[in-house]
Amino acid sequence: MLRIQNLKCSYGSITAVHGVSLSVKEGELISIIGANGAGKSSLLLAISGLLKNWSGEILFQEIPLKGMSPPAIVRSGISMVPEGRQIFAPLSVMDNLKMGAYTIYRRGMKTEVEKDLEMILDMFPILHERVEQLAGTLSGGEQQMLAIGRALMARPKLLILDEPSMGLAPKIVDQIFNTIVTLREQGVTILLVEQNARAALKIADRGYVLETGKMVLQGSSDELLVDDDVKRAYLGQDYGDFYDGRNQ
Amino acid sequence: MQEIIQYLFSGITTGAIYAVIAVGLSMLYSSTELINFAHGEFVMIGAMSMVTFWVHMALPLPVAIGCTLALGCALGLLFERFAIRTARNPQPIVLVIITVGASIFLRGTGMIVWGKDPFSVPPFSNHESLEIFGAALLPQSIWIVAAALLLAGGIHFFLKRTLTGKAMVASAVNQKAAWLSGIPPERMAVLAFAISTGCGAVAGIFIAPVTMSSYDMGTILGLKGFCAAMIGGLGSLWGAFAGGILLGVLESLGAGLISSGLKDAIAFILLLLILYVRPGGLFSAKEAKRF
Repeated sequence: MLRIQNLKCSYGSITAVHGVSLSVKEGELISIIGANGAGKSSLLLAISGLLKNWSGEILFQEIPLKGMSPPAIVRSGISMVPEGRQIFAPLSVMDNLKMGAYTIYRRGMKTEVEKDLEMILDMFPILHERVEQLAGTLSGGEQQMLAIGRALMARPKLLILDEPSMGLAPKIVDQIFNTIVTLREQGVTILLVEQNARAALKIADRGYVLETGKMVLQGSSDELLVDDDVKRAYLGQDYGDFYDGRNQ
Repeated sequence: MQEIIQYLFSGITTGAIYAVIAVGLSMLYSSTELINFAHGEFVMIGAMSMVTFWVHMALPLPVAIGCTLALGCALGLLFERFAIRTARNPQPIVLVIITVGASIFLRGTGMIVWGKDPFSVPPFSNHESLEIFGAALLPQSIWIVAAALLLAGGIHFFLKRTLTGKAMVASAVNQKAAWLSGIPPERMAVLAFAISTGCGAVAGIFIAPVTMSSYDMGTILGLKGFCAAMIGGLGSLWGAFAGGILLGVLESLGAGLISSGLKDAIAFILLLLILYVRPGGLFSAKEAKRF
């Protein structure tokens, strides 16, 4: 569904992504893990069309995304939940969701939008309670749900989530990840970019590990969860545990 | 007493015109964070186009108003497309200076097109003036205030109730998120410019029968509008409206009761006071930034 080949992103003379390749098949839940500065955000900016200065190839459903504007990419079926939620704070929850459906409204599908709204509000009852509230007054977790809801309103075939767990309490993170699993069960293809490697790999089919702009590892989630390098670098096990583990 | 009511009437009339100018400025600010110092020139273009379309070409009044409005919007569109969007380094200060340059350009063009002589435009309707408490209320004034209210109400409705209006607010609030939601912010900016300069042209249409119109009338009107918008708190629509009315009334009272030489000074004294005492504007206690 999504295929990226030899993607290179640069900001002026600094290259943030050095030739990354990855693929996402229909119905999969793929996670990309990596520390700060690994190039995750640049990769996503390139996919969403916000970053123009990249070379290589990004194909979505066999159509190259090069040169497409962000709204055109949204129309083609890729929705992104941006890092830091980026909701429209002075607009109401309802209006935020409607803004997510901007491209659908523009195609004149009003009744579909109404149905989608109902579905999203069913999925997130807390948003239902706060439909009239200004989005800026929501808590972090609620804002994250709103951001996901807004992205879903565009009826994506591929949903990209950038660090959905950032700055949220563990309980809320569980809730968000449960939502992601539910969405995947409903048939949405998902690309999840996370620093919270364990949580992301637990729900993903496959994973990629990005480090300083290069894809250093890839494999099924089960493999990655037990991979020594991943354990050491991302799963928070210190060298002691790691070393003991090896001796056994 | 009679005098004061008379001053109030004329104050509210000019105030309504300032309000329309301020609403245009404020609306552009809230959707692009840009202060357009060429806004006054669009008022001039509105007034002078009325001279051309209605007085010189003798088109029917509604047609003349329509043409003027279309011209104002179209010029705003061109202005955004060719002066603002082409800026290689679109920082706010650069863009503001571009608008200052555009204002000089438009004034010069106005001088070439219409010459240096002032023109007058007859009133839109020939009804008798009404007498209230011994003061004369011109039908023209009622027209102006009603149309100003309608315009501000219309913009309010557009921004708060329509999809495009909300999308415009959304792209002003968070451009990145707007892109990602499929909203094209650059198209929203063009629209904001067209509406804003359209407001300028409307103010020009109103002001044409009230005063003499000439190519250099825009500067002072633009500054008055800016002053009114600052009084109300930049970015607040109704604040700008109220600021305009307040400015008009104070000006008229000051000119009538103290000295007519004070008329323009009052606006700027008021502006300085506001900037000293309440830089966020009188009516924007909670949200100094927008809406």
